[in-house]
Amino acid sequence: MSDFQIKKSDVEYDAIIVGSGAGGGMAGYVLAHAGQKVLMLEAGDYYDPRTDSLQLKWPWESPRRGASTTRPFGDFDAAYGGWSLEGEPYTQKNGSEFAWFRSRMLGGRTNHWGRISLRMGPEDFQPKDGLTDKWPISYDDLKPFYDKVDRLIGVYGTKENIESEPDGIFLPPPKPRLHELFIRKGAKKAGVTVIPGRGSVLTEALPGNKDRGSCFFCGQCGRSCKVYADFSSSSCLVIPAVKTGNLKVITNAMVREVLTDKSGMATGVSYVSTKDLQEYQVRGKVVILGASAGESARLLLNSKSPAHPNGLANNSGVVGKYLHDSTGASLSGFLPQLMDRKRYNEDGVGSVHIYSPWWLKDKKLDFPRGYHIEYGGGLHMPGYGFGGGMQNMNGMLPGRDGKKKEAGGYGASLKDDYRRFFGTGVGMAGRGTAIARESNYCEIDPKVVDKYGIPVLRFNYKWDPDEVKQAKHMQETFKEIMDGMGAIITSDLPGADTSYGLEAPGKIIHEVGTVRMGDDPAKSALNKYCQAHDCKNLFVVDAAPFVQQGDKNATWTILALSMRTAEYILSQKKKLNVA
Amino acid sequence: MNRRESLKALGLTAISTTLLLDACKPGKQETPNAESASQAGRQQFEVERDKALQSAKFFDEHEMATIAVLADIIIPKDDRSGSATDAKVPEFIEFIVKDIPEHQTPMRGGLRWLDLQSFNRFEKPFKDASPAQQISLVDDIAYPNKVKPGMLQGVEFFNRMRDLTASGFFTTEMGVKDLGYVGNKPNRWEGVPQDVLKQYGFEGMV
Repeated sequence: MSDFQIKKSDVEYDAIIVGSGAGGGMAGYVLAHAGQKVLMLEAGDYYDPRTDSLQLKWPWESPRRGASTTRPFGDFDAAYGGWSLEGEPYTQKNGSEFAWFRSRMLGGRTNHWGRISLRMGPEDFQPKDGLTDKWPISYDDLKPFYDKVDRLIGVYGTKENIESEPDGIFLPPPKPRLHELFIRKGAKKAGVTVIPGRGSVLTEALPGNKDRGSCFFCGQCGRSCKVYADFSSSSCLVIPAVKTGNLKVITNAMVREVLTDKSGMATGVSYVSTKDLQEYQVRGKVVILGASAGESARLLLNSKSPAHPNGLANNSGVVGKYLHDSTGASLSGFLPQLMDRKRYNEDGVGSVHIYSPWWLKDKKLDFPRGYHIEYGGGLHMPGYGFGGGMQNMNGMLPGRDGKKKEAGGYGASLKDDYRRFFGTGVGMAGRGTAIARESNYCEIDPKVVDKYGIPVLRFNYKWDPDEVKQAKHMQETFKEIMDGMGAIITSDLPGADTSYGLEAPGKIIHEVGTVRMGDDPAKSALNKYCQAHDCKNLFVVDAAPFVQQGDKNATWTILALSMRTAEYILSQKKKLNVA
Repeated sequence: MNRRESLKALGLTAISTTLLLDACKPGKQETPNAESASQAGRQQFEVERDKALQSAKFFDEHEMATIAVLADIIIPKDDRSGSATDAKVPEFIEFIVKDIPEHQTPMRGGLRWLDLQSFNRFEKPFKDASPAQQISLVDDIAYPNKVKPGMLQGVEFFNRMRDLTASGFFTTEMGVKDLGYVGNKPNRWEGVPQDVLKQYGFEGMV
C-alpha cells in the first residue's frame, strides 16, 4: 500500500448526487435541466435498458431457464444485485432477520420494480390515530409534485375519488385479464374493493415525450424496457439528464463518506472506485444523498467529524432509527374452471392490471392502518419451476374421462395434465403499513467492514403483534376471495406458528424512514425540504426521509419528494451559494 | 413515441405484422453478432460462472442414462410433441444440479436408491431392466398418496425428477409450443376475447 493516495478533483460541482435510483435520478434530472453542473456517483455498473434489458428472451436462452440462482427474481430480471452481495455484508442484532436488497447499477432498483405507482393519501401524511408522528408536510404540499411526476413519467389508472387513494393524471389502464375477472367476482363476494391498477407504464404515448416508446404488452417490466415504455430511473431520468450536458455520471463509485469543513458544511464526498480500487475525492457545493434508505443512513453514520461527532446530520440521534418496510403475506391456488382454457396472448403490462386499495379504513379492527392487495395469475411464459408440484394438484380434479385421477403419475396422461393446468394459477399478496418504530433500526456494526473497508450496517428489526394481526387479516381475506371465485388453494394456509406468512422485514423492498423529516431538530434529521437540520447544504432524496409510509409502494412518493427538494435547492441557490 | 415507433426503436424495423411476428419467432437464426450481443445485460461474474458450470461434469454416464430413461417415462413422445430426451431434458438436469447444488445429493442418492431397488428385484440396474420392469418400479414411487411402506424415499426422488423433467421440457421451444403459449411478442392487449368472455359468463364486463 506504499502507493496509496487519494486523487482529488479540482472541479467543484454545483451538486454531487450519491445514487442513481428514483430519488437521485429525479434530483439529477431537475438540477441538470435547470443548468446546474451536477456529478452523480453510482456504486454499480452502467446500465441502459435499451441495450442491456433481457426483454423478449425465451426461457431456453438461459441455461437455467430463468431460475433465480444468481438473480433473486430470475435470470432475466433487471437487478444486478440481490439480498446478498459478494464482499458487501450486513449483519443482524438480537435475532433480527432483516433482508436488504441492493441493486448495484445505474437506475438502481427502479430497473426491475413492479411499477405500481400509488400516491400516499392525506391521512398517510397526517395520521389521526396518534400512533405515529405526522409528516412535516401534508398531501396538499406534495400534490403538485405528484401531478408533475405523473405528467413527466406517465402513469395509468382511473379516477376513483377515494380519499385515501388520491387520483392522479392518468393514461388509460390495461383491461383486466380472465383470472382478474374471476378475482373481481370473488372479491366482490368478500366485500373487497377492486379497481384498475395504477402503474408507470405508457399504455399510450406520453404527451410531449419523443424519447420514450409506448408499451407493446409483453408483460416483462421486471426485465426493464428496451423502448423505455416503463419507468426506470436509468432510462427516464438519468440518461435524459446526461443528454443536457450538465450531468456527469461516474459508475462503479462506492461512496465512503460525506466530507465536511470545520464549520460542518458539506464540501464533497470521498469514494473508492470498485474497478481500479483507487480512492477519490470530489467537491460539490451541495451534497444530495439518494443511495437508498439503508445506504444513505450508513453514509451519514460513517461521516463522523469534529463538527459532527455523532455522524453527519445526526445531532438528534435518529439516523438509522424508525426503519420500516411494508408488511407482506401471500396465498396462491388455481381456478379449476380454467382447466383446458383457450390460448391467447394475455401478457399485458408488467405491472398490475387490477388491485384492491385498503377498503376498511373506517372499520374498527384489532390492528392499526391497513394494506392493499396485488393479484397475479394467467398464461405466463413458462420458466424454471413450471409445473412444479403437479402431484399436489392433479389428484384433486377429474381427468378428461371424468374420473378422478391418482395424484402424481407419469407418461402421456401426466404430460396432458401440464397442458390442462396451464394458465389456471391465481395468487394474491398483501402489502401493508408497518408502523415506524424507534426500536427498529440500522446502525454501524462496530466490528465489521466490507471489502472496501467501509463499516457495514447492522440491523435490529422485530415485527410487532400489530403487524402479525394484519397478516392474519390478510390471510382470512385471501381465503374468502379464493373461495368466492371458486379457486382451490394450493399453498399451505399459514397459521400463528409462521406469523400467518408475514414475510421477514425487508423482503417487500419498501424499506424507508432511516433519516426522517420533521420540524423538530431534536426528533428528526431533515427539515420539511429534506435538508439536514445540522448541515444546510446536505439533502436526502430517497426513501430515508419518510416519517411513516402508508400501505402504498414508496417510489411515486420518493419521486415527488425528490422533485420538490430539487426545486427547493434551485430556489435557495443564493443561500446555498450554488451558481 | 407511438407503438409503431416503439417497435422500430426495438430494432424490429420491419413494420408489417407478418414480418414482425417472424422476427419474434422462436428459434430464428441469430445474427453473426449474437455472441457478444447475447452477453449484453449480463454481469461478468454471471458469464464466467456459466462458463465454469458448462465445462464441469456432475453425473457419470450411467447416471445420465438412468436420467434419460426416467425423463422419457415421465414425458414421452405423443402426437403433439416429442419426448423429454428429444427436448434434451437430461442435459438440462445435468446443468441445473450444478447451478443449484441442493439438487445434487437427492438426485445422486435417489438414482442410487433406484438402482438398489432394481438390483433387489431384477438383478439389474434400473436402466438395464426391461421396460415392463422399469414401469413396475416407477409405479411404486410415482403416486405419493398410495405409497407402500419403505418407498417414501423413492417418492421424494421421483417428485423431484418429475419437477425437473417438467421444468426442462416445457421451457424449450418444443415445450412452449406444446403448451400453446403465444405471448412474448409485441402486440396490443385489448382485453379478454369476446368468445372467452362468453364462455365464462363475463359478457358485457370489461
